[in-house]
Amino acid sequence: MPDTLLISTEALQGLLDALIAKGYQPVGPRLERGAIVYETLSAASDLPRGYLDEQGGGHYRLSKADPSSPETAGIFRYAVGPQSWKGFLFPSRQSLWRARRTETGFAFEPETDDAPAYAFLGARPCELAAMRIQDRVFQEGPYVDRGYAERRARAFVVAVNCTRAGGTCFCASMGTGPRAEDGFDLCLTELLDADDHAFLVEIGSASGRALMELVRHRTATPEEIERGRRAITDAAEQMGRRMPPDAAAILASNPEHPRWDQVAQRCLSCANCTLVCPTCFCSRVEDTTSLDGVEAARHRQWDSCFTLDFSYIHGGPVRRETAARYRHWITHKLSTWHAQFGTSGCTGCGRCITWCPVGIDITEEVAAIQATERAEPLGDE
Amino acid sequence: MTQAAPGLAWNPMIADAMLPARYRVDAIRRELTGVFTLALVPVDGGDALTFAPGQYNMLYQFGVGEVPISLSGDPACPRPLVHTIRAVGTVTNALQHLASGHMVGLRGPFGTHWPAEAAQGADLVIMAGGIGLAPLRPLIYQVLANRKRYGAVCIFYGARTPDEILYRDELEQWRSRFDLTVEVTVDRAGPDWLGRVGVVTRLLAAKGFSPPDTIACLCGPEIMMRYAVLALRDQGVGPERIYVSLERNMQCGLGFCGHCQFGASFVCRDGPVFRFDGIAKRFDIREI
Repeated sequence: MPDTLLISTEALQGLLDALIAKGYQPVGPRLERGAIVYETLSAASDLPRGYLDEQGGGHYRLSKADPSSPETAGIFRYAVGPQSWKGFLFPSRQSLWRARRTETGFAFEPETDDAPAYAFLGARPCELAAMRIQDRVFQEGPYVDRGYAERRARAFVVAVNCTRAGGTCFCASMGTGPRAEDGFDLCLTELLDADDHAFLVEIGSASGRALMELVRHRTATPEEIERGRRAITDAAEQMGRRMPPDAAAILASNPEHPRWDQVAQRCLSCANCTLVCPTCFCSRVEDTTSLDGVEAARHRQWDSCFTLDFSYIHGGPVRRETAARYRHWITHKLSTWHAQFGTSGCTGCGRCITWCPVGIDITEEVAAIQATERAEPLGDE
Repeated sequence: MTQAAPGLAWNPMIADAMLPARYRVDAIRRELTGVFTLALVPVDGGDALTFAPGQYNMLYQFGVGEVPISLSGDPACPRPLVHTIRAVGTVTNALQHLASGHMVGLRGPFGTHWPAEAAQGADLVIMAGGIGLAPLRPLIYQVLANRKRYGAVCIFYGARTPDEILYRDELEQWRSRFDLTVEVTVDRAGPDWLGRVGVVTRLLAAKGFSPPDTIACLCGPEIMMRYAVLALRDQGVGPERIYVSLERNMQCGLGFCGHCQFGASFVCRDGPVFRFDGIAKRFDIREI
């Protein structure tokens, strides 16, 4: 079997059937509540068809493509929505253990993880990058999050290259897209024009190859491969934003920059950016008891560095000012993340820009500091 | 992806690291108003927990929650495990009401430790403010057990009032030794206090140590440590010879929850004890 195949649009159902036959639970984009979200797929017809997105700072709208345009048949012509695959690999709320009172005190009961083996259908290149970043956080440090590692190891990834950039995308400047280089089992590129609609399929792993044995396909021609390449290049050229390449150094050098107070006048400290971010990993531990006090439980749930409670120690929070909290978030994401995990924490997906209620733009904030920086670097780092 | 995750074979697992072990209160001692010491012994057997001075455990009170508490006992005698706690929040207030025989959960030990080995051969300044003496007491025990390996040893302690002097009996014992310099000061006192009044950093003027050969270990409010670092620098103790213990919101102890970040460091894992030259610039940034 060659490394690049071609399947028809109808064969997407065959792909889903094959995934289900192999024991995976397919999850992919669906149209829900006016947005593209990731939920269980039972049939290829669940995939949104003919939808385009319009994204900008604090702005997200879906629209139907013009019925006379080839776009009306398109399945992956929108960019990422508010959710990411993070919610499947690192659930927003997890039980860690339970405890029960006994005559002599209490006893712990470890929690078991019963998540299915997911097949992620439609993971974009920036989202593959996000998974690799969270791999470093959760399974390549001194401790391993076993739940994450097990869900990750079991998952099957069908990536989709981007052939149309979203309005807030800047993955090309982060080196994470719009083409997926690796980190998938299979990778689709949608070929869409007036008289033809099909998908290139690149094989990324042995299990991807085995799956394609079950799906009707043929070898892709060089012309088809070239059409796919051009469509991805188009997406790269559509991106209107870019992250300055030395963002890490710019932020490390400017902890006292006046821009922090300016952005704080706009920032609502609402935490949206951290919740839509596919790499933000902060969590809080919550201990609870039953009403009768007999049973206790511990949960871990997503938290955000934008809340006052986040840095609370007796005497008060460490980061009282919104300026300090915004500075912490963006400096962590783009700068100290490198020291902690050997990579940027940003993939260029643009979600934090789109879903910020006041449209604060991470690329604009870095550029503004760069334009007026004057401080000395933190030499002790 | 189907291959095994890297590191899966050897790294400790968070699911296990987040599950406390059961300990029983062997004794509870009231130290000061709102300050108490728990001595804990394991319920379920297993190897004795060993720790290094400066490390901490996460203590769990059934149904209430978990808090990071420094070990404050002798590292040479880790059974029972000794923790001195100030009741300042929900969990520590609940822990205050424990009695001998009650059960708690315990995870640890976590974090970095004081440079007890690296300081051998050097003079040692141990400076604490308030409850900050608790994380330094294991270091004092370890140094006293190996007293000949160190040069001059100075313990400088500051409390708010004479009634808030922690481990007062021990401070008096230590003060009576000829091989220790022990100075205590309070912020304010009544007429019956015949000791020093003033900030703890002034005690550095007592000398008794040779600055270029000194290792300093500081634990107390950040404002105290800030001035102590300046005073030590003025005396000639460089930032690479100063160690501080920081406090941040810590919920996991593993570097996962993110709450304790201080610049690029996870205080729970990369601290709480830091060599000062590594964090000097960060230390001056407000609300970092």
